[in-house]
Amino acid sequence: MNYKMMGRFIGKILIVEAVFMVPALFISLWNREFAAVYGFMWTLAAIMGTAALFLFLGRGSKKKFYAREGLACVGISWVVMSFLGCLPFCISGAIPSFVDAFFEIVSGFTTTGASVVPEVEKLPMGILYWRSFSHWLGGMGVLVFLLAISSAGGGENGFTMHLLRAESPGPNVGKLVPRMRKTAGILYLLYILLTILNIIFLLAGGMSLFEAVCTAYGTAGTGGFGIKNDSIAGYSPYIQNVCTVFMLLFGVNFSCYYLLLVRQFKSVLLDEELRMYLGMVAGSILLIVLNLRGVYGTLEETVRHAAFQVASIMTTTGFATTDFDLWPSFSKAILLFLMVVGACAGSTGGGFKCGRILLMLKSLRRSVHQLVHPRQVQAIFSNGHPVDEKVLQNTNAYLAAYVSFVMLSFLLISTDGFSTTTNFSAVLACFNNIGPGFDAVGPTCNFASYSIFSKLVLVVDMLAGRLEIFPILILFSRTTWKRK
Amino acid sequence: MGATLTRQLSAEGYDLTVIDFNSKVLESSEERYDVMVVQGNCASMDVLRQAGVKEADLLIAVVGADEVNLLCCVTAHRMNPRLHTIARVRNPEYTDQIYEMRDMFALSMAVNPERQAAVEMERLLRYPGFLKRDTFAKGRVEIVELRLDAKSKLCNVALNDMNNIVKCKILICAVLRSGTAVAPDGNFVLREGDRIFVTASTDTLTVLLKNLGVITHKTKRVILCGGGRVSYYLAKLLGRSGIGVQIIERNQERCTQLAAMLPKVRVIQGDATNQFLLESEGISDCDALVTMTGVDELNMVVSLYGSSCGVPQVITKLGRMDNTNILGNLSLGSIVSPKELCCTAIVRYVRAMKNQTGAALTMHTIADGQMEAMEFAVDGKTLHCGEPLKKLKLKKNVLLVCISKGAKVEIPNGDSWFDKGDTLIVVAGAGKGIHQLNDIFEG
Repeated sequence: MNYKMMGRFIGKILIVEAVFMVPALFISLWNREFAAVYGFMWTLAAIMGTAALFLFLGRGSKKKFYAREGLACVGISWVVMSFLGCLPFCISGAIPSFVDAFFEIVSGFTTTGASVVPEVEKLPMGILYWRSFSHWLGGMGVLVFLLAISSAGGGENGFTMHLLRAESPGPNVGKLVPRMRKTAGILYLLYILLTILNIIFLLAGGMSLFEAVCTAYGTAGTGGFGIKNDSIAGYSPYIQNVCTVFMLLFGVNFSCYYLLLVRQFKSVLLDEELRMYLGMVAGSILLIVLNLRGVYGTLEETVRHAAFQVASIMTTTGFATTDFDLWPSFSKAILLFLMVVGACAGSTGGGFKCGRILLMLKSLRRSVHQLVHPRQVQAIFSNGHPVDEKVLQNTNAYLAAYVSFVMLSFLLISTDGFSTTTNFSAVLACFNNIGPGFDAVGPTCNFASYSIFSKLVLVVDMLAGRLEIFPILILFSRTTWKRK
Repeated sequence: MGATLTRQLSAEGYDLTVIDFNSKVLESSEERYDVMVVQGNCASMDVLRQAGVKEADLLIAVVGADEVNLLCCVTAHRMNPRLHTIARVRNPEYTDQIYEMRDMFALSMAVNPERQAAVEMERLLRYPGFLKRDTFAKGRVEIVELRLDAKSKLCNVALNDMNNIVKCKILICAVLRSGTAVAPDGNFVLREGDRIFVTASTDTLTVLLKNLGVITHKTKRVILCGGGRVSYYLAKLLGRSGIGVQIIERNQERCTQLAAMLPKVRVIQGDATNQFLLESEGISDCDALVTMTGVDELNMVVSLYGSSCGVPQVITKLGRMDNTNILGNLSLGSIVSPKELCCTAIVRYVRAMKNQTGAALTMHTIADGQMEAMEFAVDGKTLHCGEPLKKLKLKKNVLLVCISKGAKVEIPNGDSWFDKGDTLIVVAGAGKGIHQLNDIFEG
């Protein structure tokens, strides 16, 4: 392991985090929230100190950097970043318990949106901003940002690919353009443009600038921290619809937008994953609307709520306009199903990813075929191109890891004595980075009542879900730390 | 390929120079045919100069590697801009860009034997019942080969009475009976075992088969034995017309490649000579079997087995056509040879080049090479324009079998006539020296 190089990376990431924390400090200053200002100041000092330490330890590193360093680096930096990122909550007294604050910031960075704060509106504005901004930063990934702004040392040996792979969701991460730095830059540029567009639309609906920015952060990262106690329910139907549309947009693979920019419309239209994603959204909305007849006053209201909740759950955002825990069980089952499916690969959303599900189904079909024709040789195609067997193997491994993680976590948090629905949906909501679950963790409730142990389990779930398990799993593997 | 071409072109009286790396090959060429030989790399300018590329009219590059062929053609063309070039390009990855490549490399013609064979096979599979199909007049007219078996409605029928049975306009231009080709007249009586060559417009083929009582259920499932290039091309062509294809190939790696290139095809890893495997893949109820492994003998054996299982249509690919005499008695179905097809195409080009005016547009050999069917354009120099055919006197063993006027196709009778701008199809005995249209007239 090249510890020095990893140290330098983590140092750089912490500097990025510190720079992004400054706006929150100014908002607190502007609003004269001195407790929060105090918290941010101390945190900034702590982050800069740690960063300096890491950079000092990592001086004179060699440039050798391989897949395991990339994976481990991503895993460790997310943990360190979360440790330091939660300090403002603690020090300012907004969330006094350290574990609660840690849970909250991990939930933010992983774009989960599961909260332990019962009264969001009472939090200082600087803290609220930092909380929502953590979604935006975590959505596209802080390492991708780092790759976009710095040449990150020896660009010539291409190791940065490992970092992008480890942090970007999806079974098959590739570059858009030959240079890694440019690829990361394009991704962030698209991300920023879409976010600004979202803010403009929200402002047009009469939101204040602060609310619009925070809501857009939550939408863009598909996070789901609201700044109101009732999430989006209190806003006008226009704003709810804007949120629905933008949540869906951020759940699409970002390379689709790039292809649109370079005018390759056909390959976007024919993209199998995109078709499956939109098809599932449309189908789910239709089924839920049919199932919800008579629950709401008008058809418009039914469609609006159904569309919003479907978009929110499928893209793993977690905003809510209504308490879907009160819906009939068929509608809830559909939502539970969408929780697992998740958004497209290469988007800011979480979950198992539509692309992986497609591959799994195709590989299942092949296995059935092979029972009938045992000697048949068959390739699996995605968008007309044969898929490498290694990708399929990885997908299968991912499924195994996913199921084991979910089942084990479910078992562990069940010690707290909540209902099975609560526990199961809590694990799914955290692992898939959604936020609200059902029953006691439903959209109107929160995770505060879980024990410290369960919260830590859920923190690991959130991180594993956001980083797609392996960067976290590799930290617990003995071979990672062995000298070669 | 080179040897076959040398044999054919040398026999037709062209001056040839053969370039090869291998001195043994050259020695045997020099001994067997009257040609000049140069040893060396055909893409090297020195060797080309030695071979006299500056005085040559045509260069045919058919070495194993496509890229060498292209390089050779480009180099030679630069040295002699007047030179016509033909290159063999076989890599499937170049197939879609072959037209662009012809422009880029200034090729007069690019040949791809495997693809040509696949196209031929696909045409045969589309009309089960015909042993061979040759196209004329931009695909509007065909000469098809049929074998008359005991049950055929045409057995013991004189040609004059044939119209009552087939009920469509066709013309039998040649009959192959016990190894000899005959150009029949109206009183000729057909017998069992005859192989007849029929001229008809492409639209009437279906009607013809129906009225002859040849069952033409649509081909739905085809088994291909061997996964070579021909197999790949054929599977692609068949897939386009919605026919189910199974490929049996022995090499695991090749199977994986094929599966990746052909999403709709069922690729099976196994030995095509294994009868159990063929049975389990449903050989007895498939519509057609095409054998095209690299080994001719193996193809024959599998084809024979297929015929004995009652497969309605069998096509056998053969690399060498030396033993055609003994093949006639075996039930191998249609026989396709990529090499042979490609040679014919090249020879056709060479002949057309020789006399630019009045030369044949298309030329096919039929009846085991004993007859030739040629297509000519009528131009200002053609004699007897506008005269009814009954007044004309044609050479012996020469038959005018079709006149196409624009999109209209006419099977001629005594009152028919042709005019400038029409195209004619003429069938004549091979080696009759018909190079131009005017050669067919007596005197």
